[in-house]
Amino acid sequence: MKNIDSKGHVTGKSVYLDDIPIRQNTLYAAVFDASVAHAKIKSLDLSHAKDFQGVVQIFTYKDIPGENQIGGIIPDESLFAEDEVQFQGEPVALVVAESEAIARAARRKIKVEYEELEVVTDPREAAAKGLLLLPPTTFAMGHPDKRWDACKYVFSGSTEMGGQEHLYLETQGAYCFPQENGNLMVYTSTQSPTAAQRSIARVLGTGMHNVQVDVTRLGGAFGGKEDQATAWACLAALASSKLQKPVKLVLSRHDDLRMTGKRHPYSSDFKIGLSEDLKILAYEVTYYQNGGAVNDLSPAISERTLFHTTNSYFIPDVKATIYSCKTNLPPNTAFRGFGGPQGMFVIESAIAKAAQELNIPASVIQEKNLLKEGDMFYYGQKAEQVNMRKSWDNAFRDFKIEEKKKEIEVFNNEHRFLKKGWAIMPITFGISFTATFLNQARALVHVYTDGSVGVSTGAIEMGQAVNTKMAQVASFAFGIGTSRIKLESTNTTRVANTSPTAASATADLNGQAVLIACDAIVQRMKNVAADMAGTKPEEITLKGEQVLAGGKATGISWEQLVTEAYMRRIKLSEAGHYATPELFFDKEKGKGHPFAYHVYGTAFVTAKADCLRGTYEVEDVQIIHDFGNSMNLIIDTGQVEGAVIQGIGYVTMEELAYDKTGRLLSNSLSTYKVPDIYSAPEVLVVKPLKAEGPKHAILKSKAVGEPPLMYGLGAYFAIRNAVRAFNTDFDTFDSPITPEKVLMGLYRLKK
Amino acid sequence: MITFILNHQLIQTDEPAGMVLLDFIRYKMHLMGTKAGCREGDCGACTVLEGHLENGQVRYKSIVSCLTPLGNVQGKHIVTIEGLQKDKMSPIQQSIIDNSATQCGFCTPGFVMSLTAHSLAQEASSPQKVVNAISGNICRCTGYRSIKHAAADISAVLAGKDMKNPLEWLIKEAFLPEYFRDVAGRLKKIKEQAVSTESGKPVAGGTDLYVQQPDVLAVAEIQFMNEDASLQKIEIEDGFCRIGGAVTASSIVQNEALERYFPKIKAHFKLISSEPIRNMGTVAGNIVNASPIADLTIFFLALDAVVEMQAKDGRKRDVPLRKFYTGYKQLVLQPGETIRAIRFRLPETAVFNFEKVSKRKYLDIASVNSAMLLQLKGDVVETVHLSAGGVFAWPFYAEKTAAFIRGKKLSPELVSEAAEVLLSEIAPISDIRGSKEYKSLLLRQLFLTHFTEMFPQQFTPEVLFSKIMAL
Ligand SMILES: Cc1cc2nc3c(=O)[nH]c(=O)nc-3n(C[C@H](O)[C@H](O)[C@H](O)COP(=O)(O)OP(=O)(O)OC[C@H]3O[C@@H](n4cnc5c(N)ncnc54)[C@H](O)[C@@H]3O)c2cc1C
Ligand code: FES
Ligand code: FES
Repeated sequence: MKNIDSKGHVTGKSVYLDDIPIRQNTLYAAVFDASVAHAKIKSLDLSHAKDFQGVVQIFTYKDIPGENQIGGIIPDESLFAEDEVQFQGEPVALVVAESEAIARAARRKIKVEYEELEVVTDPREAAAKGLLLLPPTTFAMGHPDKRWDACKYVFSGSTEMGGQEHLYLETQGAYCFPQENGNLMVYTSTQSPTAAQRSIARVLGTGMHNVQVDVTRLGGAFGGKEDQATAWACLAALASSKLQKPVKLVLSRHDDLRMTGKRHPYSSDFKIGLSEDLKILAYEVTYYQNGGAVNDLSPAISERTLFHTTNSYFIPDVKATIYSCKTNLPPNTAFRGFGGPQGMFVIESAIAKAAQELNIPASVIQEKNLLKEGDMFYYGQKAEQVNMRKSWDNAFRDFKIEEKKKEIEVFNNEHRFLKKGWAIMPITFGISFTATFLNQARALVHVYTDGSVGVSTGAIEMGQAVNTKMAQVASFAFGIGTSRIKLESTNTTRVANTSPTAASATADLNGQAVLIACDAIVQRMKNVAADMAGTKPEEITLKGEQVLAGGKATGISWEQLVTEAYMRRIKLSEAGHYATPELFFDKEKGKGHPFAYHVYGTAFVTAKADCLRGTYEVEDVQIIHDFGNSMNLIIDTGQVEGAVIQGIGYVTMEELAYDKTGRLLSNSLSTYKVPDIYSAPEVLVVKPLKAEGPKHAILKSKAVGEPPLMYGLGAYFAIRNAVRAFNTDFDTFDSPITPEKVLMGLYRLKK
Repeated sequence: MITFILNHQLIQTDEPAGMVLLDFIRYKMHLMGTKAGCREGDCGACTVLEGHLENGQVRYKSIVSCLTPLGNVQGKHIVTIEGLQKDKMSPIQQSIIDNSATQCGFCTPGFVMSLTAHSLAQEASSPQKVVNAISGNICRCTGYRSIKHAAADISAVLAGKDMKNPLEWLIKEAFLPEYFRDVAGRLKKIKEQAVSTESGKPVAGGTDLYVQQPDVLAVAEIQFMNEDASLQKIEIEDGFCRIGGAVTASSIVQNEALERYFPKIKAHFKLISSEPIRNMGTVAGNIVNASPIADLTIFFLALDAVVEMQAKDGRKRDVPLRKFYTGYKQLVLQPGETIRAIRFRLPETAVFNFEKVSKRKYLDIASVNSAMLLQLKGDVVETVHLSAGGVFAWPFYAEKTAAFIRGKKLSPELVSEAAEVLLSEIAPISDIRGSKEYKSLLLRQLFLTHFTEMFPQQFTPEVLFSKIMAL
């Protein structure tokens, strides 16, 4: 089944935040942000801006009736800076005017005097200075330090991994208008309507019941609108509530790039020990996560880095420590993979390092250490329904990897200034929010008297087609066509206390809630149907919009059944609630059962380097992916493809650059490049693994949003290997591997 | 007042001529299908079609509405996604649905418009050409595989296009609504009217200016260079080529006569910006913007082009392009003077090459680019011109290197020694496009690559590098 939104999309009729028809008297806001990364505000002069023709009011923290606080996990994030700024792009004031152009022009008239303080942008420097967002966290199993002596080989090294800009095509924004009795209606482009609602109530000093948040769809998010959408909603809400007028705040691309956080850059140290037969016996890693100025989601992201420290391998002795470092950059935040890729990059680098020292392909070590059924993840969860080995073997068989390797060897022998490289990227990714309490969802289902159905959930539609899947679930439960089913906007008055649409778990959680709601209605309808057909409810099934009894037609249609149920005053609405069972995690011990299940897969990636120009192409990406029993293979495959290309961009051309003063240099689309159609690999094959899905996945169809992003890391190692085929002195692990790093690497001289 | 046709509707508006079309479409006409993704020409979400009359017919191309001032659409037909509406999906829209080539959908109207522009092109379609047509459209969701499949399907449908009567065929096949049939007639009725202010800021395509200062230009007085048809001609005569200042990069690549002299021009120009930007950006705009990496300027520097200028009072003068810059963003062009054309000798027997490396191969600004022209007499270099971008405060003409090579016998030794001279006369700086060390190394590599490209038999990389590596 196609995405139910596709017709709207191709005709331009789908509505995004900035497309909502404008109400009379709407005012427009522009954020005035800090131009230095760390300073005391000595004075703030708004007078010239206030006098600007068309300016209505300028807000600062002094105008906040409630709390100046929007921190999600830890309350360390103010909506407006008060007397100190901590990063460039931090909101200081909000200009509200009759038009966007006026608001922008007026904000240029605001004058601030700063007393500059020391700026730290490097995580290791921050750690050395004791600038940490949280105390360091360690997860461990066994004792690597007691194991090194038993290892035949021990290697250590460091890695660097840059951040990543989300570049959702629709920028952040919110549009609020006042309602009677001090209530507020808030439209906003967010993955977390409840977080917006809660923070707005806090800022305004009112109850959550006075704030209604509504989201139709997002033009992409990728984690960037999980926590970081909240500020803009709060700002627009503050102005709207104070002025009692509709207020719209949509960030321009440059404002968005400058003011919002990105994927966390990491700098890491590793030590890996192997036995003679290349079993990894011990692994120790220290991560320095560049958290930015405040916590945002860094605590949760740090944990996921720890969870994915060993990627797809079983290692008996592991110790991993993460320092979440406080720097003067915008707060780094969620991004598809959520700390997972950064953890996996280090273990893959450690393996690549061992392989290059031992002069063997990394795949030899990877293969000997793949996770098996019953292995213990080092955070205390037993590995079940493990499909790692199977996906690996299928990749070798289906993609003829042994032959490809030989072809590449021949090619490299025949060409001096063109070199190819290949890499294999296995993935194992845990599904669930690692904060156990978030693993809950609700849905509200109405069957209308004409047999049509309205479904509300807490899921946000942002391109992943979660609404299509929800319609499929309802269609499956009621035995009716999806054309009868409408997915409503996500609205906090219909479905309350939602978890963010994140962690790849949204279709699972909300889908189960929809299923529970539908099943309850179906149960009641079966009683009616049994009565109508003169049989027992257990005999009744609903299929093809017909009532069947004992599998045979009864002549009663879905519509007739609905009408009859209504006439008998049967409840045709239901709210479903789901909480994933079995989950727990003890943060103190670093042990538990944090994930409902894991997603597995193997990617084979090849790349070609032009050793004259220092350019490269990712040629082939072939993947065996574990979808479970995909409920919509077309949509799920699209998710894999999109994630892979995003992952490739992350490790190749997407280079976030800040200077020493904390200024973003890659501050526009002309300086921050994401993959275009030509940089997508010529061959991109995604083959589903044949394997039964787990019971906690919705209809046994596994979560698919995040895991495939990490296949993209294979591109890093394939390109690195191509460069090494020209020059083995190229031995760093520094992502992204831009054309600059490639050319410098190709012609790098022996130290 | 500006008059044009927007979809099927005649527009007569008093909005400022400097306002961008995107704002007019979205916030004045409330047509919300055209999206704002970046407002700097780099994402394609705002793509629309622009049609103008040519020999009685309407010729369409894709443009980005975020950088197009209203003044540039006077007398034109602008088509947004709403203007394609019919009861039925067009084959383009249908193929996107069939291939699941849309996820969040924010990029999709832009893709549909670029693809529709391709369907209106006068040349035969191929899957690769369809992909070229969407080279200016970024999608952050799909990963493009599905989009490429949609492109192939669209190309297959377009294989049946009736080239004698393309418009009727496109209407019949539901690519376009019926009202397109009447557009030519309606455009003819729009009276020519100048929307320029003579003393205003010259704006041609707007692809540099509207990125740099959109708020200022929205209300500024503007001289629209594209109004002057005499600036839009490409003339070839007596071994010389004269390209009008307002000629776009697309018009240059589409010129078949020029392609005979520059057989690789399609591949070279593909490295420059994207389809819609090439449809808009002009030669004079590229020269005057004076970016150190300006691709067209680098290209024409190696042809030793001459710039023809004209002052307000009509006085004309010529300056060689290599003498056009005097400092960072400093030009010999005086206030009030405009570029009428550039002129250069066509390479009859000379060989020519253009190289560009950027972080992303296409639709990106060069880290370093370079062009070279060589005319040999026997094995002696008779004429040589070499340019390099990204290594100096302005588009650089490598005078010393050229002088070093000129009159000498072409050999691997000469090339490697010339590379040394070249590196000694540049002054790259470290910036977002690369460190100065990288830019130096890259320029050396591109310089060598000129020879491997121009003389593949004689100068293999192995031969050249045996000299270099030994250095
Ligand atoms: C997304 C994007 C990608 C790009 N990629 C590239 C690229 O790969 N390579 C590259 O080189 N450039 C690139 N550019 C820059 C730009 O497209 C080119 O420089 C283009 O040639 C500029 O022409 P224009 O007509 O749009 O200039 P405008 O913006 O209209 O004008 C630029 C300057 O020229 C002046 N001017 C224009 N015409 C005349 C005239 N006849 N006489 C005197 N002054 C005049 C204007 O006053 C202004 O100062 C890109 C731009 C964008 C938006
Ligand atoms: S809005 Fe991105 S190209 Fe116009
Ligand atoms: S579908 Fe989201 S950007 Fe293309």
